[in-house]
Amino acid sequence: MEEKKRLMGGEFLLKETNAEDIFIPEDMDEEQQMIYKTCQGFLETEVYSMLDRIDDQEEGLMRSLLQKSGELGLLGVAVPEEYEGFDQSFVTSMLASEAMGAGYSFSVAYSAHTGIGTLPILYYGNEAQKQKYLPKLVSGEWPAAYCLTEPNAGSDANAGKSKAILSDDGKHYILNGQKMWITNGGFADVQTVFAKIGTDRVLSAFIVESSWPGIVINPEEKKMGIKGSSTVQIFYNDVKVPVENLLGRQGQGFRIALNILHMGRLKLGGTVLGAAKKTITQSVNYANERKQFGRFIGSFEAIKYKLAEQVIQTFITESTVYRTSGYVDEAITELIAQGKEKPQATIEGIAQYALEAALLKVFGSEALNYVVDEAVQIFGGMGFSAETDVDKAYRDSRINRIFEGTNEINRLLVADTTIKKALKKGFDLVRYAKHIIKEMNGAEEAVEPTGYFEEKRTYIRNFKRIALLLLGIVSDKFQRQLFEEQMILFNISDIIMNLYTAESTLLRVEKIENNKGGDYASIYKDILDVFVYDTAEFIHKSGCDAINSLEEIEEQEVMRERIRKYTTVAPVNIKNARTRIADKLIEDNKYNF
Amino acid sequence: MSTVPDTTTKIRFAGDGTAFDVTGVQWIINPWDELSLTRALQLKEESNGAIEKVTVISVGLKETEPVIRKALAIGADEAIRIDTAPLDAYFVAKQIAGSIKDDGFDIVLCGIDSSDYNGSLVGGMLAEFLGIPSVSSISALNIENGEVSVNREIDGGKEVLSVELPFVAIIQKGVALEPRIPSMRGIMMARKKPLNVKAPVEADSLTEMISFEQLPAKAACKMVEEDNVKELVDLLHSEAKVI
Ligand SMILES: Cc1cc2nc3c(=O)[nH]c(=O)nc-3n(C[C@H](O)[C@H](O)[C@H](O)COP(=O)(O)OP(=O)(O)OC[C@H]3O[C@@H](n4cnc5c(N)ncnc54)[C@H](O)[C@@H]3O)c2cc1C
Repeated sequence: MEEKKRLMGGEFLLKETNAEDIFIPEDMDEEQQMIYKTCQGFLETEVYSMLDRIDDQEEGLMRSLLQKSGELGLLGVAVPEEYEGFDQSFVTSMLASEAMGAGYSFSVAYSAHTGIGTLPILYYGNEAQKQKYLPKLVSGEWPAAYCLTEPNAGSDANAGKSKAILSDDGKHYILNGQKMWITNGGFADVQTVFAKIGTDRVLSAFIVESSWPGIVINPEEKKMGIKGSSTVQIFYNDVKVPVENLLGRQGQGFRIALNILHMGRLKLGGTVLGAAKKTITQSVNYANERKQFGRFIGSFEAIKYKLAEQVIQTFITESTVYRTSGYVDEAITELIAQGKEKPQATIEGIAQYALEAALLKVFGSEALNYVVDEAVQIFGGMGFSAETDVDKAYRDSRINRIFEGTNEINRLLVADTTIKKALKKGFDLVRYAKHIIKEMNGAEEAVEPTGYFEEKRTYIRNFKRIALLLLGIVSDKFQRQLFEEQMILFNISDIIMNLYTAESTLLRVEKIENNKGGDYASIYKDILDVFVYDTAEFIHKSGCDAINSLEEIEEQEVMRERIRKYTTVAPVNIKNARTRIADKLIEDNKYNF
Repeated sequence: MSTVPDTTTKIRFAGDGTAFDVTGVQWIINPWDELSLTRALQLKEESNGAIEKVTVISVGLKETEPVIRKALAIGADEAIRIDTAPLDAYFVAKQIAGSIKDDGFDIVLCGIDSSDYNGSLVGGMLAEFLGIPSVSSISALNIENGEVSVNREIDGGKEVLSVELPFVAIIQKGVALEPRIPSMRGIMMARKKPLNVKAPVEADSLTEMISFEQLPAKAACKMVEEDNVKELVDLLHSEAKVI
């Protein structure tokens, strides 16, 4: 059997891959599907009947829900068996995150506990720390929180002022400081707290128990959404942290924080899927029930457009989430085969895909924003009523663009990481750009693509050329000042984000067709057609925006022309394609793509 | 235990309306059977080892195995699949009877009907083929000091019976509150539990499916103000034409 060829993180810009070499949601096996349904079953039996009580933050309720999900094993999906977990793959834990994503505020408590709450100890804890904490985190007996952000250290997480001073007897760190916006903080028993030791300029991480003297927890923040999720400020006044509770090495905190964030960003891509699918089902249920002018509103084209677009955004995100998760699993397996321990392999495997993680975080959160916004619109006045679930979904969605690194920070990361990866790989962006410019002036290569997927592949290849061309031009022009050029970098990040998601969808649809035939795949081709068509226009505009923002650059005109050529795609009857997508949704009366 | 389409499935018929179109259908455990299984597991847990095991048996082709494994994940100890398509109630009851008549069992629990064809026939026929009693419409099933008692829903009330083993318990709502969700541990263990495939016994099917028809599309609901009886009567008369 031919070995799977995995693209390394960021390589998608330079290389192509086969449909057979990526993981798609349709590859889920029976056990994975069962785990997904168990999560759904949990939400249906334990969470949905309590949404109002959860949002009122009824004393003890969220804690008990976490514990109940722990009884089902759902807090330990990714934790090894020796700590009472189930040692499942990254894809499987992604699947659980996706399913739980439909759980409104509960979903935030769940992600925070199983992600930023548990993973620092799982990946960086020593054996004693893992033995002591993990089984109780897995059972839900001890809910967990992650305390990085401070009043003056948000996006700039390293600017934190919290301090830990080693006690004279060398047995404790004396911790002082203030953390804010701490999810699960109101009831968590275990916290990972970041602070600087002594005169260090860099962070260290500590495992702190909330019951220790000197910890003061403020009342709950009043929030726009995810009202049921606990969010508090925490103060540390001379808290004695035993030295054995230092997590990882002194000064390793920032690295820990970053690696946990990579994971969180990827997972956020999954979480938004669960929320989006649920909201789409609610939207179409309403569109199939509500009549105006004697017709179901779902029969109006204006509503069909929204329904179709909700599906498209969700399907694209999903294709990208699982392609990337599949890569992460393969990377972890390879690293273990090379002799790495599982925790280390997992951290490295995920870190390899930091670029994709940042991109998914942005794309996914914005996709969900679109879905919930149009859901409110489809519900009309009822959507604005605080009594419907879509109102809650709308408010709850908003946080996703802010936490796990704001979308601005992540957009910058996409461009930044791409440039760094290119450098590291010895790929000379500047030379590449010159080559393309020369190619522009020389003879045009005019290969007519053959076949549906080949044609789409050609488009995406061209989109990649634009991204690389722009990166080369701006690296050359701005050199070290490049990272001040945020407007231009955002244009480039948007291009990279859209071409990666488009390519992931292309490969998925191709794999679906290979497995199940053209008839079955035709609705998915509609999704791909519309997205690639829109993406081409969007990349054209983003590319031109970037070029037009450059002063004193020769050949601006010829570059615009080149961008036009590289974003020219065959016309598609997008109205018919969207109508077919909406009609399937209307017929199924639920998200079933 | 039968495998049925998920209750939110959009039902479509293939070609000329003589067959159910299964494309895209999600399969689940028949809800009544799921309740039966839940109660069986509870009884086993409460029995302090007196109940040796809970076996699920299903008549169906290989495609039904994921649903059967879900029953194992929920907690059944073993499963039997009789490898043939379930043609009708008579055929299914024959298959189950043929398979279990020589195995020791005390109680056969089965759902009162299956949520797809709603025949309500298998349980009674099965008891007949096994030559043992059956009790239908059971809303509670208890074992205390080795005594088995059941509650039955009857017109205007409830009947409590004490029963001798073995018997077929035909289960309806009430016997257990919520079906169980398979836990991670259950899911992991399911792959290690036996799922025995048995060849079918000789049996006829006594029915022939002639055609299926879709229900007429549901008309929109009309709301009438609570004090406007006249309008209600008018509508029932002139629009709905039922009075
Ligand atoms: C409900 C909720 C739950 C949270 N949970 C946790 C938690 O559990 N643990 C935890 O540690 N933190 C948590 N956070 C904190 C969250 O991660 C931060 O709010 C986030 O990182 C942004 O920091 P900030 O709020 O200080 O915004 P700021 O950093 O002040 O940003 C304000 C604006 O400026 C932009 N900006 C900042 N720097 C730059 C730059 N260099 N270039 C361009 N634009 C920039 C931002 O994108 C944003 O638009 C939570 C926050 C919320 C609201």
